[in-house]
Amino acid sequence: MKKILALLVSVVLFAGLFAGCAKPNQPGGGATTDNRKQTDKKIGLATDEGGRGDKSFNDAAIAGLDKISKEYTVTPQILESKAADQYEPNLKALTQSNDLVFGVGFKMHDAMDAVAKANPNKKYAIIDSVVEQPNVMSINFKEEEGSFLMGVIAGKMTKTNKIGFIGGVDMELIQKFEAGFIAGVKAVNPAAAEDLINRKNVRYAGNFIDVNKGYELAKQLYNSGVDVIYHAAGGVGIGLFNAAKELKNGGKTVWAIGVDSDQALTVPDKADIILASMMKRVDVATYTASKDLIENNFQGGKVVVLGLKEDGVGISNTINPAVTKDVLDLADKYKKAIVDGTIKVPTKPGDVKAFQAPEIK
Amino acid sequence: MDNASLPVVVALMAATLRQATPLILASLGGVFSERSGVVNIGLDGIMTCGAFFGVYGSYKTGSPAMGILFAIIAGMIVSSIHAFLSIHLKADQVVSGVAINLFSGALTSYLLLVLFNRQGQTDGVNALTYPKAFMRGIPVIGGFLSELNWYVFMAIILVFVTYFILYKTSLGLRIRAVGEHPKAADTLGVNVYAIRYLCVILSGALGGLAGASLSLGTTNLFREGMVSGRGFIALAAMIFGGWRPFGAMWASILFAFADAFQIVAQGFGWAIPYQFYSALPYILTMIALAGFVGKTTAPAADGVPYTKGER
Repeated sequence: MKKILALLVSVVLFAGLFAGCAKPNQPGGGATTDNRKQTDKKIGLATDEGGRGDKSFNDAAIAGLDKISKEYTVTPQILESKAADQYEPNLKALTQSNDLVFGVGFKMHDAMDAVAKANPNKKYAIIDSVVEQPNVMSINFKEEEGSFLMGVIAGKMTKTNKIGFIGGVDMELIQKFEAGFIAGVKAVNPAAAEDLINRKNVRYAGNFIDVNKGYELAKQLYNSGVDVIYHAAGGVGIGLFNAAKELKNGGKTVWAIGVDSDQALTVPDKADIILASMMKRVDVATYTASKDLIENNFQGGKVVVLGLKEDGVGISNTINPAVTKDVLDLADKYKKAIVDGTIKVPTKPGDVKAFQAPEIK
Repeated sequence: MDNASLPVVVALMAATLRQATPLILASLGGVFSERSGVVNIGLDGIMTCGAFFGVYGSYKTGSPAMGILFAIIAGMIVSSIHAFLSIHLKADQVVSGVAINLFSGALTSYLLLVLFNRQGQTDGVNALTYPKAFMRGIPVIGGFLSELNWYVFMAIILVFVTYFILYKTSLGLRIRAVGEHPKAADTLGVNVYAIRYLCVILSGALGGLAGASLSLGTTNLFREGMVSGRGFIALAAMIFGGWRPFGAMWASILFAFADAFQIVAQGFGWAIPYQFYSALPYILTMIALAGFVGKTTAPAADGVPYTKGER
């Protein structure tokens, strides 16, 4: 009897593990009339640990596939990776039944490299990394360019002349956000950039998920007199929004700047403290690559870099009313200067010191 | 009002207490469970459930107080699974606890979809309001008090309550007896199973409250992974604190202080990789364990299932 009970309980617990994998059916499946263009191509995607619902990176990648599935008869197969050791099995599994497989995130680099090598006749695309295989398209973004515009806005909006930055993990990718942002601040407000350049107002959380850590990091920065904080820290940034909201409710004027997606829309109850967000259009990237595949234009081995010029990064549609038109116009002028190559935005925090932006009025 | 900032030391002390709160609550849970002889590795998962159901309760009823109640009940339910497996079925307590941790993560991410129709995180809900302005009006310590939240007070009060129960009541004596020598306790008419059930479920209640202090304390939403290993840190604090309520509290405060300090230290602008700062809490623990804390001894019957009448 006890054994049966034990077995039952363990079955229930075990089933719980898989319950999390259940997903709602794809919308539009039951439509009687299908106006979508016919294709027999199949597309798969593996997320990193952020998974669905990270309100930024992975969700954006999936949004691109949702868009393609509205135009063509494809039903993308999506696998979530809950840990790094699932990258390779997930990519392998997707390879079995798809023509093109996306790996979302730089962390998948090694897994993608191995799987692509083993399946030379299949096509792959990786986001935020470069995999040097003839059948892999590598899609990267110029995060520094979008972040630069956020720096311009922050530099103009600060009243205390102190600006902060919160990063997830201190590594090359996040440093691009940091460097671009600081360069933008420096271009319009060199005094406020000083404590960013010497990293006194730069904080790293050490991960991308600890909301409460983000709250504490932001509280400490705001308490030291900082009044605008930009984050590139995933879920940690949600804590930043909470801290800003709390201070605003207490009568202080503080701001936060979002990242990856339009966070005033994805975190609506904090919209009043979000100045703007730096958009990273991963959806455009996955959409374009899928379309290329369907139309037989897919170029393996190519390294695509999407910046302001390609609309791969940019300012969100939602902008806080507190941001004046002058500031936005100025940001727009800087955008033009970056697009036409007058300004070359640094990608490493160490290079910002030497960076000099041409003055734009 | 004004943008006047708090002195660094005051802000640091407040941040320490805020960050210590979930650790204190969860480690008290650990103290109850392990004092009665049941290892509860599942605290981290219990906190996850508490954090989720706290937000769900507040979302459903609009009242954060109900949210806290939901969190506590959820913690009790989850821990009763652990109690059933490890006390009744005499399963390996570590394995059962690990199962709870895995199960909680999957369960909450599934329920997030079913109950909130969201993935990854919930929307903001009503959190417990804290009278910041009133607290600031208190002379001398007002600035410090205004930076805390109700959970900080709950945690500290519960340390005293736990101490009182464990050392000043007959129930506490029974709990400790069951954890040290269940057979002897049994021969004196103490119901070993009942005491252990009670303690594990109590630890679930405290773990659930600890989770709520994360999701309904400084923030007002649940996000997957937001507990980020605090349940394990709390267990370490409990061991470090010698399975005693005040010890666990001081250990939690030490961890939290190191964490709060490293945030300030990152701003010194020293050319030190931030990973060093992140490692500070653990380095401090090792130093403290090696130098200042004597040998810590677990309850003798900790982790050993009790079988009535066995020799």
